[in-house]
Amino acid sequence: MSEFYTSLDHFAILPALLMGLFGCAIFLFDFWLFPSAREKRYLVWFVIVTEAFVGVALYRQFAYLKSSGISSVSAFKGLLSIDGFSIFFNVMFLVAALLAALVSYRYLEEERENHGEYYGLLLMAQCGMFFLASATELVSLFIGVELMTITFYVLVGFLARDKRSNEAAIKYFILGSFSSAFLAYGFSLLYGLTGSTHLAGITAALASRPLDDPILLIAIITTTVGVLFKLAVAPFHMWAPDVYEGAPTPVTAYLAVGSKAAAIALLLRLFEGPLAGSRDMWEPMLAVVAVLTITVGNLGALSQDNIKRMLAYSAVAHAGYMLLGLVAGNETGIMGVVIYAFVYSFMNFGAFLVLIGLRQQDVRGESMEELHGLMRRNGPASVMMLVFLVSLAGIPPTAGFIAKYFIFLALIETGHYVLALIGVLYVAVAIYYYFRVVRAMFLDAPASGLNLIPSTGLRVAIVAAGIGTIGLGLFAEPFLRLAGMSILR
Amino acid sequence: MEGLLYPITLTHYLVLGAALFLIGALGVLVRRNLVIILMSIELMLNGVNVNLVAFSGLHGDVNGQIFAIFIIAVAVAEAAIGLGILIALFRNKMTVQADEIQLLKW
Repeated sequence: MSEFYTSLDHFAILPALLMGLFGCAIFLFDFWLFPSAREKRYLVWFVIVTEAFVGVALYRQFAYLKSSGISSVSAFKGLLSIDGFSIFFNVMFLVAALLAALVSYRYLEEERENHGEYYGLLLMAQCGMFFLASATELVSLFIGVELMTITFYVLVGFLARDKRSNEAAIKYFILGSFSSAFLAYGFSLLYGLTGSTHLAGITAALASRPLDDPILLIAIITTTVGVLFKLAVAPFHMWAPDVYEGAPTPVTAYLAVGSKAAAIALLLRLFEGPLAGSRDMWEPMLAVVAVLTITVGNLGALSQDNIKRMLAYSAVAHAGYMLLGLVAGNETGIMGVVIYAFVYSFMNFGAFLVLIGLRQQDVRGESMEELHGLMRRNGPASVMMLVFLVSLAGIPPTAGFIAKYFIFLALIETGHYVLALIGVLYVAVAIYYYFRVVRAMFLDAPASGLNLIPSTGLRVAIVAAGIGTIGLGLFAEPFLRLAGMSILR
Repeated sequence: MEGLLYPITLTHYLVLGAALFLIGALGVLVRRNLVIILMSIELMLNGVNVNLVAFSGLHGDVNGQIFAIFIIAVAVAEAAIGLGILIALFRNKMTVQADEIQLLKW
């Protein structure tokens, strides 16, 4: 270990190294070890083993922080930081990647697509997310964003013979790289204003600058536009419904959960770090964007007959609620954002899982009619779907209620009564379209010829997501303590 | 003809960077051919590079140039993936016009 790669550096980057190396290993072993198509499904074990190692590495980081009693350690001369924030978000990404891998093998077999690169790409995307949650420097953050989104372009277009998948990929590619360019432009201006690429250096240099600098305004606007595109927030949400609908459903779920949580991590790193000093400038801007997002998301979801599309619009709305937490900006609000992102990853993934189970040779399994009478075809699956939808709507005792509770609490604490009122009103709208699905599942007569026979991986994933959704709602106390440790400051 | 030899200042570089970025952004928004949209995105990233290198000279700090090199690498990866997706799309739909891609909407 040299001066440039100390054992602490190794300790900090180990999770990303594991994801990267095992990802590459999958690319190689795919055609060395499993040449026949029938054995490809065993590749999923590579992902499970990787995630186990990554989990241990993250736990060791957590134990290290706890035993030494410090809140954050920085490695690589300030490029990466191990703190409660990075560990908390990385656990989220780990859960998302693991669930996505578990439910993919059957889906890929139904689609008759190759497995190997798929699992490698899942890990590579997770590697990019790791850098978004852990990096504290602009170049590393940008590389993290690009590593994540470029792998997602491929994953979204993974069904190369499917026109809808092609179309989703090209739309995501164009709008994604368009927004990356905005992000890069904002980063270049931040660097130019401060002469540092480290978030801490930028924060220090911006503190001594007047706030009415037009270049600073342009820097904030372009950076914000870049991040909000990734977060699929109105008015930059147009890509989300199309991409969510066209992508293979496991990828949709991974995209909706992982990439959204990663964008939230980037948002908090920037807006609670270097841009915290110019809060007066962006707070009203974000408040307007949040209200617009909740409106567009909820009203857009009302009229959808494709459930993937409906969940896409509802994901837009959820991103709006997370933004409201940032607008409130006090400790409860920031904690609310983190809790919301975590809870959201279980309940939203869960809702997609049932759709993944419905996908069969000639059944898309994503329209409202195909869910008709699911109760009589597969009782347990429809009950789990009910749990996920109730949680998405934010009804107690599920975890979704805890998440919304903290956002509204923070808004009221900081005197944003109007925003809180708007947020609560739209919950009523959300209940309407979530319960359209419930009605279709429980009251309508079953559609003929459809069946849902889950694979082992899907069963495990649904149960895990269900335990997350109900467990976090009923036993919130220990979870809230962990979330409290993850606040940056 | 002494007047032609103005020194090139930071402002010139920033205006050039902003102009490249805006031309690129306009290209993405206005053009319909996906290949040209791809080229416009490259142009935007190169506007960022001009910015970064100019700022690097201003601050006498090498980080900006490193950032620019990374952005070049990222742009290459993006172009490769983008063309790959475009070829897959073209095989299925026989078009590279953005407004003919309309399977998914509302």
